[in-house]
Amino acid sequence: MALARPCAYTLFFLVTLAFACLMASFIRHDFSVLYVASNSNSALPIEYRIAGVWGGHEGSLLLWVQMLSIWMLAVALFSRHLPQAVLARILAVMGLIAVGFLLFMLLTSNPFDRLFPAPMEGRDLNPLLQDPGMVTHPPMLYMGYVGFSVAFAFALAALIGGNLDATWARWTRPWTTVAWAFLTIGIALGSSWAYYVLGWGGWWFWDPVENASLMPWLLGTALIHSLAVTEKRNSFKSWTVLLAILAFSFSLLGTFLVRSGVLSSVHAFATDPRRGLFILAFLTVVVGSSFALYAWRAPSVGLGARFAVLSKETTLLANNVLLLVAAGAVMLGTLYPLLLDALGMGKLSVGPPYFDAVFLPLMAPAVFLMGIGPLARWKEAQAPDLAQRLRWAAGVAVGCALATGWLAGELHLVATLGLLMSFWIVASVATDLLERVHPAGSPWAQAPARMRQIPRALAGMMLAHVGVAVFCFGVTMVKAYEVESDAKMATGDSTTVRGYTFTFRGTREYSGPNYEALQGRIDVTQGGREVAVLSPEKRIYRVQKNPMTQASIDSGLTRDLYVSLGEPVEGGAWIVRVYVKPFIDWIWGGCMLMALGGLLAVADRRYRRKQATDPVAHAAPLAGTAP
Amino acid sequence: MKYARALVPLVVFLGLVWFLAAGLWLDPKEVPSPLIGKPAPAFTLTRLDDAAQSIRREDMLGKVWMLNVWASWCVACREEHPVLVEFARKKLLPIYGLNYKDERAAGLKWIANFGNPYDASLFDQDGRVGIDFGVYGVPETFIIDREGVVRFKQIGPVTPEVLRDRIEPLVRKLNG
Amino acid sequence: MRRLLFIALFAWAWVAGAKEAPSAAQDPVLEARVLHIAAELRCLVCQNQTIADSHADLAVDLRRQVREMLQQGRSDQEVFDYMTARYGDFVLYRPPVRSTTLLLWFGPGAMAVIGLVLLVLVLRRRSRMPAENFDKEESDAGSNAPGA
Repeated sequence: MALARPCAYTLFFLVTLAFACLMASFIRHDFSVLYVASNSNSALPIEYRIAGVWGGHEGSLLLWVQMLSIWMLAVALFSRHLPQAVLARILAVMGLIAVGFLLFMLLTSNPFDRLFPAPMEGRDLNPLLQDPGMVTHPPMLYMGYVGFSVAFAFALAALIGGNLDATWARWTRPWTTVAWAFLTIGIALGSSWAYYVLGWGGWWFWDPVENASLMPWLLGTALIHSLAVTEKRNSFKSWTVLLAILAFSFSLLGTFLVRSGVLSSVHAFATDPRRGLFILAFLTVVVGSSFALYAWRAPSVGLGARFAVLSKETTLLANNVLLLVAAGAVMLGTLYPLLLDALGMGKLSVGPPYFDAVFLPLMAPAVFLMGIGPLARWKEAQAPDLAQRLRWAAGVAVGCALATGWLAGELHLVATLGLLMSFWIVASVATDLLERVHPAGSPWAQAPARMRQIPRALAGMMLAHVGVAVFCFGVTMVKAYEVESDAKMATGDSTTVRGYTFTFRGTREYSGPNYEALQGRIDVTQGGREVAVLSPEKRIYRVQKNPMTQASIDSGLTRDLYVSLGEPVEGGAWIVRVYVKPFIDWIWGGCMLMALGGLLAVADRRYRRKQATDPVAHAAPLAGTAP
Repeated sequence: MKYARALVPLVVFLGLVWFLAAGLWLDPKEVPSPLIGKPAPAFTLTRLDDAAQSIRREDMLGKVWMLNVWASWCVACREEHPVLVEFARKKLLPIYGLNYKDERAAGLKWIANFGNPYDASLFDQDGRVGIDFGVYGVPETFIIDREGVVRFKQIGPVTPEVLRDRIEPLVRKLNG
Repeated sequence: MRRLLFIALFAWAWVAGAKEAPSAAQDPVLEARVLHIAAELRCLVCQNQTIADSHADLAVDLRRQVREMLQQGRSDQEVFDYMTARYGDFVLYRPPVRSTTLLLWFGPGAMAVIGLVLLVLVLRRRSRMPAENFDKEESDAGSNAPGA
């Protein structure tokens, strides 16, 4: 057992060395490495040579293992308070997962395969990936996916060791929250990248690969809430363990879906049934044995503390149920075509019309609960008391929703509901905050002091919930009130959308580092005042010769102005596509607030204080309530 | 009994694995034709080699025939073409080509270069007849019977195996 | 040759110096319908894109087909029927409701109902259990303090 930490350090060292070697091959243009020759080129700028390391299947697997080794290093370093046996089990589980992925690479997907004779030139990185988004999105995303393996390992360690209690939850919670925060950032980066690269302004397509990241996120969200209950009240224990297993299982399932060729997706890697078979076998072993372990050990886990039918615990349980059903619905829609095909019942497509119809009605009650849960008391809450405390929030929410719709120019039902959801959350957070800094009988003068006393865990929760409200607001406003216009424009022509005048000033050609570009220039004014100069482009990358449309966006706090070039028409004119998208950046801003809230919560003093005072062998089954 | 409930996740998971495994051998992008067993769509197209002459669906009734969708810009068609030229020598059934979204000159040159297995090729410049036949990728091949009903569709190049195992037995059966 | 024809949804126009650009399409209302329908049809040669978004030849051809049918006065449903007659249900991104898709369309709702019913049942069962099954409470006052 004492070998656990040294092994983790060694693994980290070796994987990082391998990763560095691959990166060095890219930077030095070593085309004798097949993977480098397939994903790079001598004209490729350095930042994309670095990002190219994870631009293809083999390299992205190495990134996966690199992230796993980083998490294992972190667990090994920050676990002085864990009993040695527990730590050993955790690192063993993570180590076994690493073995699986390393074997996968060695047997089927080796990034270091050679190509002899080495070609003079590489095939270049896919132009769609030559973007700053490629530098940040995959690493963040993988930090999240892989980070759930920590919660998974903690869960299995607890099942094996038989010590599942509030202390276990307190250990697991910060790791899970950090992983969740990274996953949130990773998904947001992917969405915003699609938005500004793909040339027609969408930001979520319910594509199988996107769904593969959303499902672990939904389960991870359920998990962090469930862990809160287990830590506070020692309840939900076997349920939380199951969620921890599920969250990482969905991460692995996502890996399978993306790389096996089983589903058709714009994001899918080049596929090979042999690789799919390996991942499936790995998935079966890992997840199957976890569920088997769960089936064996979970029934002997105690019920924990009691709570009433109406209580904070119940609102969190209901939230869990809804998030789980939402994840189930996404999985159903994503896998249904495969299901029917495997049963010989024909071929079907399931796309955005289905997911939008099914997902939003499931999320609405969950959001409604978000307004109630934080204000409910643990163990037992009173409905009349809650209603009374929240009636102001409800009224303000309805008023603001209606007012916003009216100010935006038109009211419609779905938009008003979306706005209602956002304002409801904010009003509820405000109510909660107010109760804490200005409780009955306490003077306003004490409010600042009380504010400073709010634990970071709580402040983090409030911030994250406000992030959800901001996200909902952005989605609602864009979907309901965005305006699109396509105009045939010759040099000097202008078109006006929502008060902004877009004037086309012609095009010019220029040469980029590895592409040829035709750049248009559009001046934007509002009420005569200059607002922005936009430069949409059409590019042809010299090596792969794909034409790419590059949109030009002026981002603002309350709207994005989005312009892209369509096709040239006779007379030197162009079809120019113009969008005004209100509040679209609030979508990703909201996600960032969610992640920040999570990180703030993890910085809570209790996690650091407990490390100093916990005896090493602390693992009592009946830990009782933690403060 | 608690054990039974705790086994649910495992059982559901194993069921899922079964489907995922089955999926590894399927192609999610292959679109089976809804036209099988239905009458071929009506068409009137000029011959590739003679714009003054037209061929209609009605002209093809009373015989079992093969329609092969090809184009001079199609790379996979070059793979398939020698197989068709060889097959045409057996004179099992008339083979007609559908020159899909091509230019007359380019199409004629391609046949001149690579061989002509076709009794005639129909010239579908804008691809509308292709859409009516549910063509989405080239090459595709149809077998149509005496009553004008579509009996078989091959998506992708025709291989000697497909000819031997699927097409030839079907043609023999349809011919009686 | 590629030709992308887009829609113009709204155009509040006023004269501003140079010529106000005409909207790209002849009939904005028709184009809106074309795009609305195209957004629900799958591009069969692409990796998961609608024919509204794709630049592929087949997508352009099918959009043209949709436009012509709408110009002839056909309804949205007739356009969808036309496409499925040729390409099967696979071409629709909104799966039709039939016996084979009942599980798909009603599954999420059923799961939600079942989940919530189970939740209620479990809660009721727990509330009827004797107190020994649960942890002993040391003190209730601490659990609702601001540290919660």
